[in-house]
Amino acid sequence: MMEGSSPAKAYLLHVAVIALLFVLNFILPAYHHGLLARILVLATFAMGYNLLFGYVGLLSLGHAMFFAAGLYGAGLGVHHFGLSVPVAFMAALACGAVLSLVIGLLALRTSGVAFMIVTMMFAQVLALAILYFAPLTGGDQGLVLQQQERVVHLGDTVLDLTNPTARYMVALVLFSIVLLLTLAVVRSRFGRVLIAVRENEERTRMLGYDTFANKLAAVVISGVICAAAGGAYALLFGYVGANFASVQYSILPLLWVLLGGAATTLGPLIGTLFMYYIVDITSGYTSAYLLIVGIALILLVLFFPKGILGTLRQRWVRWLP
Amino acid sequence: MMPLMTTKGLSRHFGGLRAVDNVDFALMPGEIRAVIGPNGAGKTTFVSLVCGRIEPTAGMIVFDNADITNLPAHKRVRLGIAYTFQITSIFANLSAYENVALPVQRTLTDGRSKGQVHAGVMEALERVGLADRANVPAGQLAYGHQRLLEVAMGLALKPRLLVLDEPTQGLADSEIENFIGLVREIASEATLLIIEHNMPVVMELADRITVFEAGRILAEGTPEAIRSNAAVQRAYLGGGDD
Repeated sequence: MMEGSSPAKAYLLHVAVIALLFVLNFILPAYHHGLLARILVLATFAMGYNLLFGYVGLLSLGHAMFFAAGLYGAGLGVHHFGLSVPVAFMAALACGAVLSLVIGLLALRTSGVAFMIVTMMFAQVLALAILYFAPLTGGDQGLVLQQQERVVHLGDTVLDLTNPTARYMVALVLFSIVLLLTLAVVRSRFGRVLIAVRENEERTRMLGYDTFANKLAAVVISGVICAAAGGAYALLFGYVGANFASVQYSILPLLWVLLGGAATTLGPLIGTLFMYYIVDITSGYTSAYLLIVGIALILLVLFFPKGILGTLRQRWVRWLP
Repeated sequence: MMPLMTTKGLSRHFGGLRAVDNVDFALMPGEIRAVIGPNGAGKTTFVSLVCGRIEPTAGMIVFDNADITNLPAHKRVRLGIAYTFQITSIFANLSAYENVALPVQRTLTDGRSKGQVHAGVMEALERVGLADRANVPAGQLAYGHQRLLEVAMGLALKPRLLVLDEPTQGLADSEIENFIGLVREIASEATLLIIEHNMPVVMELADRITVFEAGRILAEGTPEAIRSNAAVQRAYLGGGDD
């Protein structure tokens, strides 16, 4: 699973996935091209969630707040302070880091169901605060970032994030960095400790590990990744809305991760992709598409109880990270 | 010679129950000390206080001349106090290798050992005879092997004081014989504090025995002295047939 078991194979698989996504940029029709760019950003959100839920075993019901921290950190920065795109993205990361550190310090005093409730409540506070400070945040209307605000000037090169190819490529770069980072983290000594905390926290403590500090580090890394996804979403798609802070966006990453396979590095991508397309395809045929989505989810739980990749790993591909 | 570990007036009350009551205890470096006593005598509570799993109501604990009474458990482990659980507490879903890798990398991070994780893991697994089962999920190992894995995890922490809580519980007689050999070998490097119910094992291994009853130390001495102690016989050994 970790050291000593085909690290080359695992890295090769991940690089191949990234290469495939790169090639898709050139062959996908416009509609799917746009959809996939969005999925890559949301899959990054799911990867941040998976790090905490899949590997540390901490089930948060408030991760929308970290996504929203990045979304509004970047969006408000651009809208009110005229920040350039790279600076706004840094602001998103900073917002995610500060928020997750504070939330981690408070919420990690609890565990299990209490942790779920506490994270959910904090996320509700943020969502309501966004609505309350409507003059600043645009309330439930949200904010739209204009095209000229979303252009990156790097020396003489101009990168227009409203251009589909530029948008796809930036989304892919973000996704790839986070994917390889996740892989590196879960294969590291730190990752081994995180998994140990998930399996048996008391035993991990009695092996000399400060489990609180390790969990806090995981919350912050997870929060920063989700904020990076949020920041990228604002800058790439130009919309900053309060619905992204709602409880729905705390549940969605959980669903995506469970579908794709918790504690698998590629599971979040598979889950997000699957969920997005099943909604997209079925809603084209019937207005009762949620019924079909529901049936698909039940079938999946029956035949792939550990998610798509989780079950694949359990039954056939043991070396999958 | 200075004791490695002492407790002074150590107490832990659970409500009205005095699980450990005003215990003064000293452990010399290099000895094998057995702690015996009837069920509920406070043995596990006592060693849990020593390794920091629970906090004392009163009293102090000194390890290697330093007051560790308020030190959190994970920091005591880094000082060299290792604890192996009474109820096998391995990481059942992880391989035996991963189970041992955790304590090995801990000592590497602390600078208490050198080298690679892999070498340290294989050394610890070889010492308990589980090297050929390194990749087996720990939960699928036979019970006796799980106990040995637990010991390997303790060993891999490079302890100066290793606390073994009922290590032979559930082992077959043939396994116990090997186990005694293993404990002797460990004792050449570490001080051992063993809670044990199996009296032949205690009598064979221990340099000294401490007898607990109702949270207090009833008697302490060499195996011979304890065997002939009338109070101990009344409380625990049941008439001295043992």
